[in-house]
Parts: sequence; structure tokens; C-alpha cells
Amino acid sequence: MIEIKNVSKSFGNKEILKGINAVMETGKTNLIIGTSGSGKTVLQKCMVGLFEVDNGDIIFDGKNLTTMHEEERKELRQQIGMLFQGSALFDSMTVEQNVKFPLDMFTKWNHQKKIERVNDVLARVELEGTNKKFPAEISGGMKKRVGIARAIVLNPKYLFCDEPNSGLDPQTSMVIDKLIHEITVENNITAIINTHDMNSVMEIGENIIYLYQGEKEWEGTNKEIIFNKNQKLNEFIFASQFLRDAKDMRMLEEKGIIDNDRNMDEIMREGGANLVIGDEDKKE
Amino acid sequence: MKLFSTIGAYLLMMKGMFTKPENFKMYWKELMHQSVEIGMGSLWIVTVISIFMGAVSAIQTAYQLTNPIIQKETIAQIVRDTVILEFAPTLVCIVLAGVVGSKIAGELGNMRVSEQIDALEIMGINTKSYLVAPKILGALITIPLLVILAMALGIYGGRLAGSLGGILPAVTYDRGLLMNFVPKNVWFALVKAYTFAFIISSVSCFYGYNVKGGALEIGRASTTAVITSCILILFADYILAFFLL
Repeated sequence: MIEIKNVSKSFGNKEILKGINAVMETGKTNLIIGTSGSGKTVLQKCMVGLFEVDNGDIIFDGKNLTTMHEEERKELRQQIGMLFQGSALFDSMTVEQNVKFPLDMFTKWNHQKKIERVNDVLARVELEGTNKKFPAEISGGMKKRVGIARAIVLNPKYLFCDEPNSGLDPQTSMVIDKLIHEITVENNITAIINTHDMNSVMEIGENIIYLYQGEKEWEGTNKEIIFNKNQKLNEFIFASQFLRDAKDMRMLEEKGIIDNDRNMDEIMREGGANLVIGDEDKKE
Repeated sequence: MKLFSTIGAYLLMMKGMFTKPENFKMYWKELMHQSVEIGMGSLWIVTVISIFMGAVSAIQTAYQLTNPIIQKETIAQIVRDTVILEFAPTLVCIVLAGVVGSKIAGELGNMRVSEQIDALEIMGINTKSYLVAPKILGALITIPLLVILAMALGIYGGRLAGSLGGILPAVTYDRGLLMNFVPKNVWFALVKAYTFAFIISSVSCFYGYNVKGGALEIGRASTTAVITSCILILFADYILAFFLL
């Protein structure tokens, strides 16, 4: 579990984070969502110690990161895996070398044992047989999966993912989301994911924190987010007409007005949600 | 003020390198890798430059020494001392500031921009000692060796140009090389080589490591690293010559 207590961070005169309080739960996928510039990445970088906080505490299972010495931080960081937005794979190394790097640096295992572990994690992210390829030779989705493999190779207690779906098609994004969620549950990891992808929010958002201009505006689950009453959050998640229609559909399903087994094409042929919903329904 | 904060940041980077390695074997591997990259990667350009600078130096000296009273061996002496004292350490290091300096700054800048340095930090690795220290040590090992090679090839280039151009026979050139030889000059050249190697590598690491932005900033950092290194090399050259000769 990671506790964030009253964390503030400024760059120059610009206050990026304003007294954030949150709890990231173990064994769950904790999502930090918000528009670009809302402070998601800064918060995550503060949590892993890449940025120093101005005020507040970040507590990893009782250990306060903000008061730790450099050596203690180094020890803690060996329990942290991180998937970066651009994957951050080492260009000059093959997939195998990238994933093996943390093992080379922090274990005294023999070569055979390291290779077995590398092959295990590559199989876990469904990348068998790519060992000898360089990052430039694989797709964006594969790079993300290599990044995940490298992040989990030392069995971390905490997994940080910064916009894991950026630049990926919806199908590949879902594969990555599913993979992160499965790994989190299997290994009982505390996963913290920065995203503004609503598919991710709905698929794996077990604990969601919504940041708005550096402040925590809302907190809840993917079950609660659809029917939340927060105007700023609703403006963020229902930015498109398609999603507003989808929400209306969901409301009608919940009320039993339409049959949730009906084919979407059939509903759209009849004129979509707007025709089915009366004015009174919309007001509710 | 900006100058002082830059110097402060540079000194902090240097201080940050001195920590216990997480895994000595990996650091050693990186040091060997960097030594090969810096040394072998610059070998051909140093070879070409050295032979030609010696050759041109011999021809131009002969062109100016037209007085028949001056013996031909003097040409060899002038080529030897010019190459050892100035051309091999200073000229070669200015070229290396371009070749090695831009490579180091570009490599580190790309690692910074693509978050590879952050990835290493998150793993709990001291990136200053893992990325910067092997580059500086690699340069301190290989650049003086390249300078020694440049001395030998420069002198040989002069001999080649002298005999091929009919300026002076090889035997006369060899005899001139041994006349009034001052061993201190070689020691002085090596002091310069170590100083310049440190300047090239540390300045380039500093600008590359602290890149902020994107591809454009990486290019700017490389250019700044090369320009700063060249200016500091010339400045250090003057200071060393003033105090050591």
C-alpha cells in the first residue's frame, strides 16, 4: 500500500500538485486520471522519487520515501518496477538484454538461471522468440510488453505505469491493460497507472483518482465513475457524444427500459439512445 | 549568475559519481565498452590527421628554412617538437572534442529524453556513476594512448613527406630526430592529453546528462559541448604551457 499525504509540488512559481491525499491499494490497479497537464506524471514521478516533493509524505508500506537516505531509497527502488510512456528500452540492447539488465545488476544468479527467468517473463507477456530482436525492430505494443517484462523481472512490490496505452490502437491497449491487471492480481502488486484512456478506466479501474489542475477532484471505482455527480469529471469522461450516448444507454439498461442483450446495431438502427430516452429520463 | 549555477551543477555531477557501484562487474563491462567506443571509434580519424599534420609540417618547415647554413636535420627537429608539444595533444584533442564529445553528449541526451536515464534511476542505479564515470575513465585511458599514437604517426608522416618529396633523406630525418631531444616534452604532452581527455569527456557528459526537451535540444547540447570543450582545451593549453614549460 502506498499512502500519499498532503503532497505539494511546484516548479518555479507554478504549483503543479496542491495537497494531494490518496491511498494506493495493494493487489489492485490504482488509476490516476486527468487531462494533460493535470499533474498525473508529476505525482507519479514524486512517488518514485524522481522529483522531490515540496510538502507532504509518500509512505510505502510504512516507510516514508520523503525522509529516506539515498541508500534506503536505492533499496526501495529495487522493489519498484516502472513502465514508461515511451517504454524507455535501452536502444543498444536486445529484448533479452533489456529484460536481463536488472538481473545482471542486482542478482548473483548464474547465466542459465537469468536466461530462464527472462524467458519466463517474456512468455508471461506473450513475447516468446523475440529475445534477439532490438527495440527498433519491434512494434509499439511489443515495446510496451518488453517494458512490462523488464519492470516485473525482479518481482517488484510496486508497479508504476505512465500512460501505458499512449500511441497504441484500442485492441492492443486492451491487451496491455489486461496484462497489467493480471500481473497485479497474480503477484499481489500495488499498481499505479497514469492514463486518460477511458477504456482503461472502465476495464481495470479498481481504484480511480481524478486530478484536476493539480488537485484531487474525485475518487472512486469504475463502477461508480459512470454515474458520478462531479461536473468536472463528467466533462472529462464524457467528452465525446459517443460516450454520452453510451452512458444514456447504460442508464436505460439499469432501469430496464431497454434490453441489455439487444444488439447495438439494432438499437442504433432504431435511431440510437436519443430516440429511446425521453426528456424526463435525461433530466434524471 | 548562470555561469556559477552551471559550474555548481557540473561539480555536483562530478561529486555524484563517487558512490559504491551496485555491481562492480557491470561497471567494469561498461568501462571496457566505453574505452572501445572512444578509442577504437576515433582511431582512423586520429591516424589520418596525424600522418597529414606531420607531413604538412615537414613540407612547410622546409619551405621556410631556405638558408643553406641551416642543416637539414633541423627540419626533423622542428617537426618532432611541434608534433609532440602541440599538434599531437592539442590538435588531436580538438578533433576528438568534436568526434567523441558530440557522441557522448548525443548518447546521454538521447537517453535522457527517451527516459532511459529515469528507467535506470528507478531501478536504483546511480546513473552518474554508471553512465558518466565509465565515459570519463574510458576517455582518460584511451585519449592519452591516441595522443601517443598521434605523436608517432605525425613524426612518421614528416619522414614520409620528406623522403617522398625529396626534401631530406630518411637517414638525415632520423638523425635529426635524435638531436637535442628533450624527454620532458613527452611528459608535458601527456599531462596535456590527460587534462584535455578529462575536459572533453566531463563537459560532454554534463551537457548530455542535463538535456531537457527533445531532438532539437540534443543537437544543441552536442554543439554546446563541443564548443565549450574546444574553448576550455585552448584555455588549459595556455595555462599548462605557461606554468610547465
